[in-house]
Amino acid sequence: MIARAAPALLAAALLLPHHLKAAPAASQAAVTIDNFAFKTPSITVTAGTTITWTNRDDIPHTVTADDGPPPTYRSHPLDTGDHFSMSFDKPGTYHYFCSLHPKMRGTVIVR
Amino acid sequence: MDEHGCGGRRDALKCMLWAGTGVLWTVAGGVPRGTLLGSAQAAEAGHALRFVQISDSHIGFAKPTNMDTPGTLAAAIERVKADSLATMMIHTGDITHLSRADQFDTADQIIRGAGLTTHYVPGEHDLLEDNGSAFYQRFTPGAAKGWYSFDQQGVHFIGLNNVYDLKPGGMGSLGAEQLAWLKNDLAGRSSSQPIVVFAHVPLWTVYADWGWGTDDSEQALAMLKRFGSLTVLNGHIHQVMQKVEGSVAFHTALSTAFPQPAPGDPAGPGPVKNVPPGKLRSLLGVTHVRQVRGRHALAIADQVLA
Repeated sequence: MIARAAPALLAAALLLPHHLKAAPAASQAAVTIDNFAFKTPSITVTAGTTITWTNRDDIPHTVTADDGPPPTYRSHPLDTGDHFSMSFDKPGTYHYFCSLHPKMRGTVIVR
Repeated sequence: MDEHGCGGRRDALKCMLWAGTGVLWTVAGGVPRGTLLGSAQAAEAGHALRFVQISDSHIGFAKPTNMDTPGTLAAAIERVKADSLATMMIHTGDITHLSRADQFDTADQIIRGAGLTTHYVPGEHDLLEDNGSAFYQRFTPGAAKGWYSFDQQGVHFIGLNNVYDLKPGGMGSLGAEQLAWLKNDLAGRSSSQPIVVFAHVPLWTVYADWGWGTDDSEQALAMLKRFGSLTVLNGHIHQVMQKVEGSVAFHTALSTAFPQPAPGDPAGPGPVKNVPPGKLRSLLGVTHVRQVRGRHALAIADQVLA
């Protein structure tokens, strides 16, 4: 698993039209945050997939590794419309949660 | 209030709030009684300590429910200033929406307008950056982790932090270090001294599915139960809830920014989106608290902004 240092830049890159992308598109997946929940609470992806979380709530949330303390990654507070992306390169099961609203939990399964 | 379709105590309170009426809650003998302000004030003779609670000002939130959180905070401060006998104020957290320096600045400037010493505890929205250092340095100087106590007019106040280091799947949390501090703080203290505990997330379980409670609050309350007068003031849920257990009165305050739904509402816990035009300020407010001579329990009055 590689935490990308500049999630905002990556999120911006994802919005570029396909013909402007410099490199071949890696596998992508998306998880939205709605109404205090990760809408795909368990998502299964292939190794090397980049997952982008998008907060569609009126309240900020985070995507924080459930492997702490301290967690291996924690997104910046995602305000409405903000994105956070992570690449999952190694097979395994990764649990995460929102550090503001810890009842919100999710799992990434990498095959 | 039954003739207006406001059956239970909570409904009655809701109806009174909706009508923009101040309600005085006096708690005696374990039975809370709501009375319209005015008659209740007139009935009270003498008071000692008097202070105000504000909560959940969420400076930085700007969504259709409330595009002007500085404006509604300023309106709340006007209500505080009108309480000319209040000698201090507490803010039970979520001062800002995103912990940004400019949001802390704006809130600080507006709140200073009350001209009252103000004691803060953090909400989860205040600790989003840099492990909360901006909040602690500014709002709890001398208490690096956000918990502290002080005495005022004979009442012992305890500010607790139940929003740091939240555990996956859990609710609010005090943690072993803070509980040990609390035990030490209470050691040797007379059980006849009135205690006010204030913290952001309720210290009783309002609704576990939404995290509206504190996982280890029972350990704190066990240490506090010997005191004859214990008032627990919280925020976080943006609505008035009250529970009385023996000598303990639990109370949650209105937000100055936006209302949240009743526990379990299918809409979920986020800001109420369908507030009728012109009604917002009747769902926001401040809480006035006063000590009444000859009574153990403090009198608590919620006042809406409009």
